[in-house]
Amino acid sequence: MSTMNNDSQPAAVRAHSVVKSFGTGDTKVTVLKGIDLDVYLGELLLLVGESGGGKTTLLSAIAGILDIDEGQIDVLGIPLSTLPPGKRTTFRGQTMGFIYQQFNLLPALTAAENVAVPLLIQKIRRPAALRRARMMLDRVGLGDRTEFVPKNLSGGQQQRVAIARALVNEPRLLVCDEPTAALDGANGQKIMELLREVGRSPDRCVMVVTHDSRIFHFGDRIANLTDGRIVNIERIQQEGTV
Amino acid sequence: MNYVALKMLFGDRAKYLMLLCGLTFAVMLIVQQGSIFWGLMMWSQASITNLNVPIWVTDPGITQVDEVKPIADTAVDRVRSVDGVEWAVPLYKGLLRARLANGEYHQITLTGLESATLIGRPAEVLEGRFEDILQPDSVVLDQWAVERMGGPTVVKVGTVFELNDKLARVVAIAKTQKSFTNIPVVYTTYERAIRYVPHERRTLSYVLAKAKDGLSVEDVIQRIQTQTGLGAFTAEEFGWKTMLWVLKNTGIGINFGTTILLGFIVGMAIAGQTFYLFTVENLRQFGALKAMGASTLTLARMILLQAFTVGLTGYGVGIGLATVFGSLTASGGSLPFVETWQLLLLVLVALLTICIVSATVSIVKLARLEPAIVFR
Repeated sequence: MSTMNNDSQPAAVRAHSVVKSFGTGDTKVTVLKGIDLDVYLGELLLLVGESGGGKTTLLSAIAGILDIDEGQIDVLGIPLSTLPPGKRTTFRGQTMGFIYQQFNLLPALTAAENVAVPLLIQKIRRPAALRRARMMLDRVGLGDRTEFVPKNLSGGQQQRVAIARALVNEPRLLVCDEPTAALDGANGQKIMELLREVGRSPDRCVMVVTHDSRIFHFGDRIANLTDGRIVNIERIQQEGTV
Repeated sequence: MNYVALKMLFGDRAKYLMLLCGLTFAVMLIVQQGSIFWGLMMWSQASITNLNVPIWVTDPGITQVDEVKPIADTAVDRVRSVDGVEWAVPLYKGLLRARLANGEYHQITLTGLESATLIGRPAEVLEGRFEDILQPDSVVLDQWAVERMGGPTVVKVGTVFELNDKLARVVAIAKTQKSFTNIPVVYTTYERAIRYVPHERRTLSYVLAKAKDGLSVEDVIQRIQTQTGLGAFTAEEFGWKTMLWVLKNTGIGINFGTTILLGFIVGMAIAGQTFYLFTVENLRQFGALKAMGASTLTLARMILLQAFTVGLTGYGVGIGLATVFGSLTASGGSLPFVETWQLLLLVLVALLTICIVSATVSIVKLARLEPAIVFR
């Protein structure tokens, strides 16, 4: 199901008839059964639905970290699903930011070093990368925690570091997988507020997979994915209502 | 990303130390066992190295230095007459029993040197004067003889004992390389040695010789063999011949070979497996890096850097520990321990190979890794 609610904006992400299965023979499970979805620049889209419905699989496919079986995915006009793996990796590094449920911070690195990693991957020199990383940490309210290693930070602080890391290379697509799942309610709200505040921008789109109904009001649209199909896409009319 | 790779490696101190311990243990085990083995091999040719002469001439069927096959006394003159030979002297070498004043018997190796030149005498004398061997009934013992025959309180300069009911008086103690069998060595003159031993038709054990300066030793050896019909060998050649005999005819080759091979396999398996596990445990982290845009090549470089860093550190520490062990145990001469650069190079090559192999296995795993793992 393609949404056309935002015709004036070009689609940053365009998924067309996407099919993805796991396993073979009797154990084959088709997780995505012909997904059509457009996501626009400037919006924050929430992907919701029951567990095992294919939300994370769709997010992984759109992020180019999981191959699809059929269909096409274009990101920022680039046919990501048909790009060779090497070019896809480079494209991902230059245009995307990732926020994970389990944060996936490197435990041996300080907060600043963790945030600098995407820049180091882009071959930016370490002093410059660390300078930018510290500035980004300051933006997410962790300017006084730059030299802390993850184990000395709270869950909420770790997720803030992860957000800073996802944004430090100014990505045009931000993909977030259950960013509040490992946090308590209050911290989850704070993280989503932060994500809206520093993550959203007119030339960036944000996709968030979540099953946490308490954060639905942070999205611009909600796509409901059930049993491998998008069953409806709703625009948020006012805070907290769909 | 080298910085990130090294911080990942050193960051988890417990994992790093475990990895380092595995590699250090592997290197230490191989170097220690290999050095003891090589030390034993050096001991097996101590009779050759202690005499320090370039050419050994004897029966062509000789298999090793301690298995003497007497040759005719005329051999000395025949060798001297070969063109290119600067000098040739006789050497007696044989087993005999010594009877001490306290009634104890000890088997000894009697070594008879030519009295005119004393060629083949040990280079270092610990006590007394070696030249006093020319006095009547005089003998010189090596330091191992003193140890084996009851210590310095029983045997010292001036001690008198019997060799085949004939008097022998100790005039000096010489320093020598310990031999494989550790049978005490008693030096005397060639002529006196012949008098000590029971009468035999042939008494000459070896002819020791040297090629004239500027001539090829191999050419001179070839001429000696052709003109005399005797076997002639360089000291090095004869040493290898002896060593190979020991390897083939004693259990040392198989026993030590098996130990070293097992040490090598176990050590390298520990090293490879530990490093592989280290990578597997960090798979999620590598997956996150891959998702963020790190290419497989970048990750491969990171893994190789980690492998070589920990490998070379383990190599250094392992060799250091093995060397300390060697210097502590070998200083008293009780354990053979010879650490050669060839062994160290071999271990380095083997270790780097195992690092490359385990890193490659990890890299292949990473190359196949779908970064989507980080969303699971």
